[in-house]
Amino acid sequence: MGSPDGTRGRGVIYEVFRLERKGQPFQHAGSIEAPDEAFAEWYAREQYGRRGESVALWVVPREEIVEIDEFIDELERNYHRVDGYPLKEKLKEARERAGTAAPADR
Amino acid sequence: MSELGQQLLLIADDELVLGWRNSEWTGIAPFLEEDVAFSSIAQNEIGHARALYELAARELGTTADELAFDREPDQYRCSRLVELRLVPDWARTIARHVLYEQADEQRLRELMGSDDSELAGLAAKIDREEAYHRMHAQMWHERLNDERRYVEALEELRPLVDERGEHLPEFAQLWEEMTMVRRSVVGATW
Repeated sequence: MGSPDGTRGRGVIYEVFRLERKGQPFQHAGSIEAPDEAFAEWYAREQYGRRGESVALWVVPREEIVEIDEFIDELERNYHRVDGYPLKEKLKEARERAGTAAPADR
Repeated sequence: MSELGQQLLLIADDELVLGWRNSEWTGIAPFLEEDVAFSSIAQNEIGHARALYELAARELGTTADELAFDREPDQYRCSRLVELRLVPDWARTIARHVLYEQADEQRLRELMGSDDSELAGLAAKIDREEAYHRMHAQMWHERLNDERRYVEALEELRPLVDERGEHLPEFAQLWEEMTMVRRSVVGATW
């Protein structure tokens, strides 16, 4: 976006998480760019909190988010891994054997 | 016209014209988040104008739309501060925003204390939204406070806050645009 006085691109990226109802987990809402925390909070409120869609917002600089880039598995203990178990397929087969349908979406 | 009707119109005109001017930043604000924020503030101001015109319209036996769009330019009572076309000068835009919110806060405080419970209620409702505008203005003020351009803009614009009467030349074009659709088919309804 054009900027008359060249202030574009000097902000910090913040990730915004929102709580739709008390007792539920926070969900990622989106990200915003802001010059500081106060602006970030204001913009987050503006974009994710002014239509009654959130009861709380959690605004965190993207840099604070811990990235996990390797899975330490030197001894190949693959039972530690959470991938490789396509539960959906297994459930489907089990249901077919038992002759029951999947529960309707709640 | 009653004193109350006059006062309501004056405030409504300020809010309508400022909302109009602020909306001129939509799509070209310094960065995207601010674009959304400032457009939203503009929309709020026009919403406040609408509520105030509705109250004034009952007082004056007319409708909000007629008050907002069917008057002649010299019947608008807005201050010169809100009439200024400031795009693309962000420093002056923020200076106006800060000065306006300060003046508007005082005015709303008085209305909130009114004996007329409907008016006091509306003022309180408007003030709850204005509180966010004031926070926004304050953040920008703190950020720009040591910029010469901004400080000069504050000094330049301060005398215009309560200057009313003869309009600035650029008000004519704003009025032209703002009332164009209503004038195109007189009495049309949507």
